Amino acid sequence: MADRDDKDLIDAATMNRRGLLKCMGWAGTGVVWGLSGGVPRTLGLIGEASAAEVKQAGLTFVQISDSHIGFHLPPNPDPAATLTEAIEKIKAMPTQPAFLVHTGDISHLSKEEQWDDADQIIKSANKQVFFLPGEHDVADADNGKAYLARYGTDTKGKGWYSFDHAGVHFIGLINVFEFQPGFKSAGLAKIGDEQLEWLEKDVAGRSASTPIVLMAHLPLWTIYEQWGWGTADAGRALGYLKRFGSVTVLNGHIHQIIQKVEGKVTFHTAASTAFPQPAPGTAPGPGPMKEVPAEELHKYLGIRTVNYVRGKGAPALIDSSLVA
Amino acid sequence: MAGKAAAQAAANPAAVRIDNFNFTPLTLVIAPGTTVTWTNADDTPHTVREKDGKFKSAALDTDDTFSQTFTAPGEYEYFCSIHPRMVGKIVVKPAGKSS
Repeated sequence: MADRDDKDLIDAATMNRRGLLKCMGWAGTGVVWGLSGGVPRTLGLIGEASAAEVKQAGLTFVQISDSHIGFHLPPNPDPAATLTEAIEKIKAMPTQPAFLVHTGDISHLSKEEQWDDADQIIKSANKQVFFLPGEHDVADADNGKAYLARYGTDTKGKGWYSFDHAGVHFIGLINVFEFQPGFKSAGLAKIGDEQLEWLEKDVAGRSASTPIVLMAHLPLWTIYEQWGWGTADAGRALGYLKRFGSVTVLNGHIHQIIQKVEGKVTFHTAASTAFPQPAPGTAPGPGPMKEVPAEELHKYLGIRTVNYVRGKGAPALIDSSLVA
Repeated sequence: MAGKAAAQAAANPAAVRIDNFNFTPLTLVIAPGTTVTWTNADDTPHTVREKDGKFKSAALDTDDTFSQTFTAPGEYEYFCSIHPRMVGKIVVKPAGKSS
């Protein structure tokens, strides 16, 4: 590499090399890695082999998202069936996850019977589940009262929380309560001052070598402002985490996998278990991709496995579609 | 009831259609006492929530409706709490008053 290269180019090259090394490290596992803008990401399907490879992992957990129980239109009139398939896939994993996280939009319309159905299906995995609300879970006329009564019992403030598992610090942020109506703004999500102050204190005393998993429903970076796909005050939250060596951000909301690396922070949105939404700006609006034929639906849906190996900072993420 | 507001209400009987992440019309002018009905014609749920909480609907599924009667003159800005970029306005104007 030339000495006089632009620093950004060097950074990009370093990132690519690191991504490539990571890519090679996973080459034997049946995972197909691709590089997209320097971000290593999984493409397509993961077989049993990959799960067997991670038996030595320090911690394995699974993220599911956007189950939208109660949705009943094309392209998926039965999201309970696809959520069941996702849970069956988790139950069949040779290395069982320590727990599950659901990054929101459990229900489609904040109705008790929709949460009942979701809980019934998810319960069959026989795992502890950490839930976060999506905006569809706080769409009752009482601004989320029903969600908090049901899922918010052991949480702080309006549903947020943190916990530690196998040396990893998990933070569940809520960014569906303080939307800025789009009268004079972009209509982005907000975390809000009270929660941000809590976050600052929550991480204050922790060693910078503690791996952090930061979860929230809406993306914690602005993916597409025109559709409100971002969080206005996410920068403040990430500021409190700057000194940490590994920060993994897990989001839902946009029903597709988009990933980004920014220094030591990696951002990952997840697939839905219910229906896909269009890539940013490729449709008039962000609604369900109703034109997806039934036989292709499953390739858009999926679960995510996160593996921490002891002694290594950043986890490996494996996105698996629901194609059998 | 006479005047411009009443004529407008008759031509457009106080209905707001929600489709493709928009409220149509964006601004609806009505006479006091008019009941406005929002119909969600989108394949995504939406809500109707006045910015200060003066009125709010639960989540409206496709084809669900929400109605609100307006008696006090004034301007009411509202948004969808699920998709806060979606905003609309109801203007309640006494009959006969020119704009």
